[in-house]
Amino acid sequence: MPELLLALTLHLRDVLVLGAILFAIGLYLSLSKRNAIGVLMGIELMLNAVNVTLLAFSRFVVSPRPLDGQVFAVFVITVAAAEAAVALALAVVVYKHRDTVNIDEIDVLRW
Amino acid sequence: MIADNGIVIAFWVLAVTTIGCALMVAAVRELIQAVLFLALTFVGIAGIYIVLSADFVAVVQVLIYAGAIAVLMTFAVMLTPAADRKNSETAFQGPAAILAGLVLAIVVFVIIDTDWRIADRGAFPATAASLGEAFLKPYVVPFEVASVLLMTAMIGAIVLTKEDEGEDA
Repeated sequence: MPELLLALTLHLRDVLVLGAILFAIGLYLSLSKRNAIGVLMGIELMLNAVNVTLLAFSRFVVSPRPLDGQVFAVFVITVAAAEAAVALALAVVVYKHRDTVNIDEIDVLRW
Repeated sequence: MIADNGIVIAFWVLAVTTIGCALMVAAVRELIQAVLFLALTFVGIAGIYIVLSADFVAVVQVLIYAGAIAVLMTFAVMLTPAADRKNSETAFQGPAAILAGLVLAIVVFVIIDTDWRIADRGAFPATAASLGEAFLKPYVVPFEVASVLLMTAMIGAIVLTKEDEGEDA
């Protein structure tokens, strides 16, 4: 085997920083977007960033049962699916009543 | 620490693609394009999962996020035709950007500063079988609770969007 010209390594911190960047983008999306569906996209992105972090810990960190991180990630995906279904249904219901899903126009609790 | 050149290159390519697509979600001015870029982001994250040797979770990610949730969001955009389709921001854009930047700075500082207990372990072998065992042995109660939660959410979504019969809505 020829000698490797470059020896690249991937550390835990690289993956964690990726998760942090994705989380920050998701946070920015969910706080700044006007459309409720855009806000939801930010929330889904944040949940995904958390999953990246969980799987990175599962892969790299000392643990008696390292696969537990992946189990937890599957639970996060389940809860995210439930949340997306209910939240998008709510958006459609609000649209039926108000003809808009802009969060700065949905400002009454009762109509 | 992963020392395989191919995997490391794959990680960096996937990381740049994923972050780029996530930024495009914020940048594009058409809501439906934002949904499509979000689907691309989800696929990129599935690739990251494979790099982290989580093959089962990666498949679940493609099925549920890139498949179901992206389609669900497309449907939600399509079902609100008269709504504003511009992917615009509220007045909180500036504060939101500052807050997100601060959160990122703090988290990255903690990541660099912490002395993580790194295990010297290789990639996991195929994880589907051991995950299934974990779900049905130590995690059987959370597993059942999750299924009840999913069913409740589905029923809730149907009840919410059901047309009202006989009464004026």
